[in-house]
Amino acid sequence: MDALLQFIFSGMTVGAVYALVALGFTIIYNASDVVNFAQGEFVMLGGMITVFAHQAGMPLPLAAAMAVVAAAGGGVALNRLAIEPARSAPVVSLIIITIGASILIRGAARLIFDKQLHRLPSFSGDTPIRIMGATILPQSLWVMGGAVAVFIGLWLFFSRTLTGKAVLATANNRIAAQLVGINTRWIMTLSFGLSAAIGALAGVLVTPITLVSYDVGVALALKGFAAAMLGGMGNPRGALLGGILLGLLESMTAGYLSSQYKDAVAFIVILAVLFVMPQGIFGKKPVERV
Amino acid sequence: MLTVEGLRSRYGRIEVLHGVNLQVKPGEIVTVVGANGAGKTTLLKCLSGTQPVSGGSISFRGQSLASVPAHGRLKLGLAQSPEGRQIFSNLTVEENLRLGAFLYTDDRVAQDMGDAFAMFPVLKEKRNLPAGGLSGGQQQMLAIARALMGRPSCLLLDEPSMGLAPLLVAQIFEVVTSLRDRQVTVLLVEQNAYGALKIADRGYVMETGRITIAGPAGDLITDPRIREAYLGT
Ligand SMILES: Nc1ncnc2c1ncn2[C@@H]1O[C@H](COP(=O)(O)OP(=O)(O)OP(=O)(O)O)[C@@H](O)[C@H]1O
Ligand SMILES: [Mg+2]
Repeated sequence: MDALLQFIFSGMTVGAVYALVALGFTIIYNASDVVNFAQGEFVMLGGMITVFAHQAGMPLPLAAAMAVVAAAGGGVALNRLAIEPARSAPVVSLIIITIGASILIRGAARLIFDKQLHRLPSFSGDTPIRIMGATILPQSLWVMGGAVAVFIGLWLFFSRTLTGKAVLATANNRIAAQLVGINTRWIMTLSFGLSAAIGALAGVLVTPITLVSYDVGVALALKGFAAAMLGGMGNPRGALLGGILLGLLESMTAGYLSSQYKDAVAFIVILAVLFVMPQGIFGKKPVERV
Repeated sequence: MLTVEGLRSRYGRIEVLHGVNLQVKPGEIVTVVGANGAGKTTLLKCLSGTQPVSGGSISFRGQSLASVPAHGRLKLGLAQSPEGRQIFSNLTVEENLRLGAFLYTDDRVAQDMGDAFAMFPVLKEKRNLPAGGLSGGQQQMLAIARALMGRPSCLLLDEPSMGLAPLLVAQIFEVVTSLRDRQVTVLLVEQNAYGALKIADRGYVMETGRITIAGPAGDLITDPRIREAYLGT
């Protein structure tokens, strides 16, 4: 019983990170049908920039804010320099471009920073909180709280604001969006910036627990992608639920089977979703009448 | 209101508009009729900025549109209800209309939406349903209503009667006629030449990328060349 609760706590913590990555996928996917595989690199950048700025003497909150802003700038640059010029190419080509971009960002991070593992101090200390025989780190609560806050923010953005609707409209029909006066270039810029910022925030929150190095992005992108697929690509609710579910599955596998199999879970989830329910849990079938 | 001079446009290396001249004066309903593939849609796309222009000029209310991107033209008063309706299929009917007034956040938005629902009561019934589930005729109504939400002074309409049952065609043409009372100038592109010429003030006939005949709609409707080619008599 204690063990189960312990696995649930750790599963929810990593799950919250996957959820944040998946939410980042959701935004760009909603705006452009592109799955941005560089999303994991923004998580890495969030962690790395914060670590190095903090080491250089910057207070932690300031370093974190700077990292989030810098990553957002990176997202905007990715769109302007790599995606937008290839806008008329098929979506598959754009996805391949994001894979290329992720390799580039990883290489650059290795050169600019280093190859070491780094950690950040926990925001609220390291004294574990005891709950019914299991323990949870205060930092885990930060991660989960971050995921929930971002989710609520995004949900309000897409369902309640005109700009959020403009993002959905741009995804649905770019030309028609322009005809109603939406600057679709700006919507893309916004989506990439926002999504990179959310990724970086995840990096900042989780680095005190999982540490960060230049190459953590690949695995995170894959797992965030699995989470987004599981929940239904393009749906914020699905991203949150898919992330938590994947995290739980992983920690149960590690706990009851072997931690060797933990990383296989994401792949099995991707395959299972593709075979059994390509729309994911919350995904909607396309409504279109000819 | 709208002046087009020597307009050329191409898809890749193939030129499909070879110097089109056309004029629309304030308050008019002007129609461009012509066969399949004549270039009517391409002309409207050039006007709305969603198709590159390779020669000639377009001016709207005295201003050249050359450097105005597509999303900036509605602000000047130029709206388009495009070919194939192009509604936002994943969004609800009401969200489609709200986005039509994307440029505005004032009280008139609600008022205009009320007007749209009065004009097309069926849209009010289905306001909370995804627009992709509407029938073809309802989607056409939504496309027109959405364009009107943008408060245009000039509306470009691309084949609003296409694929609709005769009763619906009549209703759509009635709505277009009623735009006169709302001080909206109309440029109407149609394959249904007879229906369009009947409600228009003036008409142009387009053939393979050129305007070949122009004149008052009443004259065109009795012109033997047009009767033979487009009216089937
Ligand atoms: N996207 C495109 N790429 C290449 N050629 C095109 C494209 N769209 C149209 N054309 C060609 O340009 C010419 C004009 O087409 P356009 O759609 O403007 O005609 P139209 O008068 O609107 O016809 P319809 O009455 O069928 O709508 C046609 O020969 C067509 O084949
Ligand atoms: Mg056409």
